[in-house]
Amino acid sequence: MKFDLETVLFFSLAVLAVGSAIMMITRRSPISSALFLILNFFTVSGLYLLLKAQFIAIIQVLVYMGAIMVLFLFVIMLLNLHDEGKLKEKYTYRKLTAVLLSIFLFCLLGFTVYFGFEGKFKVMSEKALTMGTAESLGVELFSNYSFPFELASFLLLAAIVGAVVLAKKKFE
Amino acid sequence: MLDSYIPIFIIITISALFAIVNVKLSSLLGPSRPSKEKLSTYESGVEPVGTAHDRFSVKFYMVAVLFILFDIEIVFLYPWAVSFLNLDHIKMMYSFYSVIVFIVILLVGYIYVIKKGALKWD
Repeated sequence: MKFDLETVLFFSLAVLAVGSAIMMITRRSPISSALFLILNFFTVSGLYLLLKAQFIAIIQVLVYMGAIMVLFLFVIMLLNLHDEGKLKEKYTYRKLTAVLLSIFLFCLLGFTVYFGFEGKFKVMSEKALTMGTAESLGVELFSNYSFPFELASFLLLAAIVGAVVLAKKKFE
Repeated sequence: MLDSYIPIFIIITISALFAIVNVKLSSLLGPSRPSKEKLSTYESGVEPVGTAHDRFSVKFYMVAVLFILFDIEIVFLYPWAVSFLNLDHIKMMYSFYSVIVFIVILLVGYIYVIKKGALKWD
């Protein structure tokens, strides 16, 4: 393995990402969980940059760190945190299922990554270097992938209607 | 490749250090002589009732959710805006109409939100 700047950056970002994810799920206060989630989003955005996915990296910062985090903080504000007993998970079989499913997912991803990609993709292709910019993304999105693009608008429409319906009792 | 990010690294480092150093310096250098009056929430105001951890109205959440959804709509328009002039004429018109369709579909959602009064504040 080469020991260059990119490798150093990758490993420091990866350690920070995993560390902040663990901190996020172990904090007692939901606010500090949310702040560690921001750190996690930031490191993941750094990893996207290392993969030459510039547009996704910027969108990660703008949408996830900016907008989605505001949403999480609003959810924390909507929760009733006085009564911690209500938030405690009572059903242990649910926890057991969650643990088993997590282990299964981890194994699945691990095996796929290890056996699928191991040894391949040592050199990044020339095309990949410019593929992640907003410009080349736009060219692809509005020629070959215009149908998925239109479908995305239906997804957003469904989300708009869903959000309004869920909170409808408060209005009218 | 990574060299082009050095200015960004520098500005992130400086802004992070600026924030941390200022907060730490003010707590290190400033005198700390707390008294009962100083530690009260409003020194000469009404005593606060309850805690700050109250539940908020769902209206705040509605505004945030709808903001994000229309924010994502704009995110899709960034690549279009950047690549539009580099496309040839046919692709240009094609992308133009596909964006029009995209926006019209979301406009339906916007009209629905307005008609339902989801953004009304009372």
